[in-house]
Amino acid sequence: MSDKAKPKVATVWLDGCSGCHMSFLDIDERLIALAGLVDIVHSPIVDPKDFPHDVDVTLVEGAVSSEEDLHKAQIIRQRSKLVISLGDCAVTGNVPAMRNPFKPAVLLERAYVENASTPKDRKPPASYLPPLLPKAKPIHEVIDVDIYLPGCPPPADAIFQVLVDLLEGREPDINALTRFGR
Amino acid sequence: MSPKSVVHHPETFTIKINDTDVTAQADQTVLQVAKENGIEIPALCYMEGLSAWGGCRLCLVEVLPQGRLMPACTTACYQQMEVLTHSPRLEAYRKTILELMFAERNHVCSVCVSNGNCDLQSMATKLGVTHVHVPYRYPSLTVDSSHSQFRLDHNRCILCSRCVRVCDEIEGAHTKDIMGRGIDCMVVNDLNMPWGNSDTCTSCSKCVHVCPTGALTEKGTSAGEMAKRRKFLPYLSLMREDD
Repeated sequence: MSDKAKPKVATVWLDGCSGCHMSFLDIDERLIALAGLVDIVHSPIVDPKDFPHDVDVTLVEGAVSSEEDLHKAQIIRQRSKLVISLGDCAVTGNVPAMRNPFKPAVLLERAYVENASTPKDRKPPASYLPPLLPKAKPIHEVIDVDIYLPGCPPPADAIFQVLVDLLEGREPDINALTRFGR
Repeated sequence: MSPKSVVHHPETFTIKINDTDVTAQADQTVLQVAKENGIEIPALCYMEGLSAWGGCRLCLVEVLPQGRLMPACTTACYQQMEVLTHSPRLEAYRKTILELMFAERNHVCSVCVSNGNCDLQSMATKLGVTHVHVPYRYPSLTVDSSHSQFRLDHNRCILCSRCVRVCDEIEGAHTKDIMGRGIDCMVVNDLNMPWGNSDTCTSCSKCVHVCPTGALTEKGTSAGEMAKRRKFLPYLSLMREDD
């Protein structure tokens, strides 16, 4: 198979702990087989920083928590044929959404002012910090999502199986592979 | 014992479940008859050994010919009854009901003590719910840790009322009740006081073990450690039927 015929796969890390990406790496030696079947065109584990065009499948880890996340999610949707919500943060909001009963200003105050490890005169940074959205949201509340792969993290076997199913043109049976909280 | 001695036999007749003839008695519910015939109807508030409440609406079935939606757990069988327990319409409703439960409060499976031992979670898998279509509410709710052994976490409660019923019907204490209306409904102890201050709670733990989720748990359990033990329930309710 020539390189041009390989489907393009991207993975993105929004507001999550990177555990889903760790689980992706946990597919172990099968990564080598996968590398022969697809091109990983964008990911926290590859070099290119800008999200490319014409991606076939994008796996998105993490909730949408900041304006930057929202912007990235919209670009991902524009440039991907298939978007997969990878893991509970992407699918349900999970732990990042536990801050939702509080207002963002209260969160910043807690993190940058009240926190005992910071000096007393600290303020939330005026720049470099992407503004938080009022609530951390599951990805499908801001863009259309095609496949949902819950789990905290989704098991490596589930991630691999979904990719294999898609490569072979089958619809993955998600409930046989994983569940919320797994 | 003479053959004429008084033994009450309820009327027996035939009903149709999913177009198959099955035998039913007048004092049986659709859920009971379905179960006897190996037809599983999803249910969360229903628990064998407790009174039927009909609150969760997962066990809705279509009563033909109109296709009227009735909860199987509280609907009595009658002669020539025809019901449908599974249809695309029912499956869609059941999934939506389950999604509304997830969206109503804060069910964070990954950090919940009941992760892996939760009826709500396993029902999602069973019904094929991979995500929640409705927006999450993220309410701000309290946790009552005032009891020396147990904890009540309103974030995980689905208001199934199993705890209220087991406390009243099996333990006979009636410590628990549901206060408020609609979205403000809340499980309370006594007259809405901290659980630890309750005069009526016997600390029997029955409420903890019938609770389908991580709303009622034993203290000292970490994520995924709260397995529920329910073997006492059929035994105790059998004892009550004999008296």
